[in-house]
Amino acid sequence: MEAVLFFLAAIGALGGAMGVVAMRNPFYSVLALIVHLFSLAVLFLLLTSAFIAAAQVVVYAGAVMVLYVFVVAYVGGGGEPVGETLPNQRFLAILVASILFIELSAAILSSALLALGTHGPDVPAGFGDPAAIGRLLLEKFLVPFEASSLLLLIAAVGAIVLAGRKRQETA
Amino acid sequence: MNIEWYIVLSSLLFATGAVGILVRRSPMVILLCLELMLNAGNLALVAFSRMVGNQQGQVFALVVMVVAACEVVVGLGLIVAIFRRKLPLDVDRLRGLRG
Amino acid sequence: MSATSWGWLVLLFPLLGSIFIGLGFRVLPAKVAGVIGTVAIGLAFACGIGALVCLLGESPDARHHASSLWDYASAAGLHIKLGIFVDPLSTFMVLVVTGVSTLIHLYSYGYMQSDQGYHRFFSYLNFFVFSMLLLVLAGNFVLLIVGWAFVGFASYALISFWYRRTTATRAGMKAFVINVVGDIGLTLAAFMIFRELGTFEYSEVFAKAPHVFHTNEWSVTAICLLLLVGAFAKSAQLPFHTWLPDAMEGPTPVSSLIHAATMVTAGVYLIARTHALFVLAPTAADISAFVGLATLLLAGTIALVMTDLKRAIAYSTMSQIGYMIMGVSIGAYSAGMFHLMTHAFFKALLFMGAGSFISAMANKQNIDEMSGFGKAMRFTSITFICGGLALAAFPGTSGFFSKDEILAYAHARGGMYDIFQILGYFGALLTAIYTFRLIFRVLPGRPCKEAQELIDTGHLAHETPRNPATGEEEDTDVGFPGAEHHIAEQSPPMKIAMGVLAFLALFAGLIQVPGLDDVVTKFLDPVFADSPLAAIHPSNAAAWTGLAIGAAISIAGIGIAYWLYIVKPEMPGLLERRLRPVHTFLANKWYFDELIDVLVVRPALAVGRFANDVFERFVVDGLVSGTGETVRGAGGVVRAVQNGLVRSYALLLIAGFAGLALYFLIVQS
Repeated sequence: MEAVLFFLAAIGALGGAMGVVAMRNPFYSVLALIVHLFSLAVLFLLLTSAFIAAAQVVVYAGAVMVLYVFVVAYVGGGGEPVGETLPNQRFLAILVASILFIELSAAILSSALLALGTHGPDVPAGFGDPAAIGRLLLEKFLVPFEASSLLLLIAAVGAIVLAGRKRQETA
Repeated sequence: MNIEWYIVLSSLLFATGAVGILVRRSPMVILLCLELMLNAGNLALVAFSRMVGNQQGQVFALVVMVVAACEVVVGLGLIVAIFRRKLPLDVDRLRGLRG
Repeated sequence: MSATSWGWLVLLFPLLGSIFIGLGFRVLPAKVAGVIGTVAIGLAFACGIGALVCLLGESPDARHHASSLWDYASAAGLHIKLGIFVDPLSTFMVLVVTGVSTLIHLYSYGYMQSDQGYHRFFSYLNFFVFSMLLLVLAGNFVLLIVGWAFVGFASYALISFWYRRTTATRAGMKAFVINVVGDIGLTLAAFMIFRELGTFEYSEVFAKAPHVFHTNEWSVTAICLLLLVGAFAKSAQLPFHTWLPDAMEGPTPVSSLIHAATMVTAGVYLIARTHALFVLAPTAADISAFVGLATLLLAGTIALVMTDLKRAIAYSTMSQIGYMIMGVSIGAYSAGMFHLMTHAFFKALLFMGAGSFISAMANKQNIDEMSGFGKAMRFTSITFICGGLALAAFPGTSGFFSKDEILAYAHARGGMYDIFQILGYFGALLTAIYTFRLIFRVLPGRPCKEAQELIDTGHLAHETPRNPATGEEEDTDVGFPGAEHHIAEQSPPMKIAMGVLAFLALFAGLIQVPGLDDVVTKFLDPVFADSPLAAIHPSNAAAWTGLAIGAAISIAGIGIAYWLYIVKPEMPGLLERRLRPVHTFLANKWYFDELIDVLVVRPALAVGRFANDVFERFVVDGLVSGTGETVRGAGGVVRAVQNGLVRSYALLLIAGFAGLALYFLIVQS
């Protein structure tokens, strides 16, 4: 059962990823990414990370992707030209990425992490629950928590500055 | 499933995102591919967290999500600003860094 | 004051004179510079007399003193001192050099008066005298080489004194280059001496040499041959003689001082000084004697056809030095040195007279255009005849006694050396002929237009200044001869100098009449006492027989010249037409210049051209420019990376990361 779900989610994730890369119209790429994100949420659930799965759906697929949709609507979905201007870019890109993939896999799989071959240790019932994550956030990882909120603030201010109208522009 | 499946999937998604960045010319889509890579990293983190048995990896993934959100916000702001100035939304034509 | 203190003073005065005049050329008036120069050498002569008196006050065996100012180099078995060696030979040379130099400075005081480079002239001339004295007084081979090189430089500076004349600068370079060849020989000889004997000091070298070398061993022969290279280059003997005629481009006082009396005798001095080594290498000594003989004859034959007055006298110098070299090589040391002294007198006088004639001719030097000066310039003509008589070895003159003494010695040595006597007499005949050829061409006869102008108006002829050799026009600013010319009749200093020399040329031989007195021989005996050859003395009878033969030959030569140029003036033209090939051969100086051009100059130029075209262009430039081009190419490649495209940057980034990961993977496994 778990394997089936895994493969389904994996195919969804991969398909979404391919879609993002391959689709000409950026709007379709955004939609493909949303599919990809949902599949990832399923994978998170399979890994008993309920809270992260929920956050993925709510924050990522919900808020961030909506942002994307807004901007795509504003900017326009004009497809980009098909031809490649840089010589050999496509070939080299695929080559380098394949090498990267093989290396990463080889690194992980041939490492001395024996636990990779297992399902993972038995976890208590509340593993991945919001309560557990919340406790961690407020106890052990308080500083990163506060720092990331600060980061969000800065990002918001930055976005306003970047996209705001210029002072001298009259309405 | 064994954890290694998740890790391999994560690497594959990461590589796909890399290809996308290298091949696409619209800044929008490049940002999307960047999201792909970040999510691949998230997947790996959560998988390892499951492997190790504590939830620190998940907290890490949460923070990565926050960072990704901030980065998307700023990136999209950039794209809007470029669009506003009537510059072409094409990475190959924005060559101010040429040395 | 000891003899060596006098010796140091002898060196000091000319050096001070040169520096003083050289540094003060802007502030010193011309006449003062001339006086300083002359007085400096005069003082040196006085100090030379002082040294002579000191030496004469000692017993003959003790008359050698070395003195050094400080150690020049002292390391690893090498001890070079800055030291002089005062003995009869060096004192003799000092007196001859300073004495004749003083008179020539006096002559130049008048002769160079209207030259714009007056101060430079006297500074150089004083420097030359200093270097010559350094050469002569040096107590070790290193200082000898220093003096040798300085003299070569002074000669170059003075030959190209009129530096805006290309012929002069070229002649200066030629002289210098050939001198440098000699310097190399001398330096190599000094190296070998050090290698074999371990020292440079004269006293030690000559004491050790007989114990270290066997007779005719290859090392001592090589040393002597190398010394001969130096001597021949400096003294203009075959095959290094081609610079001397060209050196006549210098002003006449220069020719008379350097290229007649002093510098060219340095080779003779060298052989005399190192006679201890030549005694051990008889082969080298014989080679030297034969070269001297060959030069004697060659130069004599060329002088017969020379039409340039100064060049004819130059060839005569070359010939007479051949006598001297021959003399000191076969063992007639004091005879050779005596001939050096008398030659200095009459040759300097002849050049002075030639300078006077040339001034009257407005700087033209061709004897074809000169005639009738006997009437126009009495004093110059009389002194010129005195010098000519001495050169032709007319009985009773100084040249008569000195030249025939060498030939008598040659006969006394016997065997093979009789050749030297016979051919020496033939050379004496040639000498008499060509000397009186000059005299009979220039002095008697109908006055040429310049002489006529002098007779009529008492003024010298004035013409546009020209290069005497090529005829191109010049001006009279610095770098060229001055506007006015000066003849002896109108210039007291010149008259005094020429008068003194005429007296010496005629009567200086009386100090060495065989059987009566032997002043020079007795004085120089202690120096040469260690040579077995010095013990050979021609008997009085043989000496007087030789003198008689010499007298006969001299008079015969004068007679032949008289017949050819006065009695039958058409004869020389007829002979020239009949023997045209011979004449051309002689007039082209036996084609030696062409030979050296083909053997030495062209190959050197070819090597230089090859070095420039091939080596410099491809190898050196290739390396240097190639490095530059490589760097530029590499830079171009690197620059291509900065194309401003984000995607290629990203590709490089990811590719780099992939490569790094690969490396770590490999290292891990």
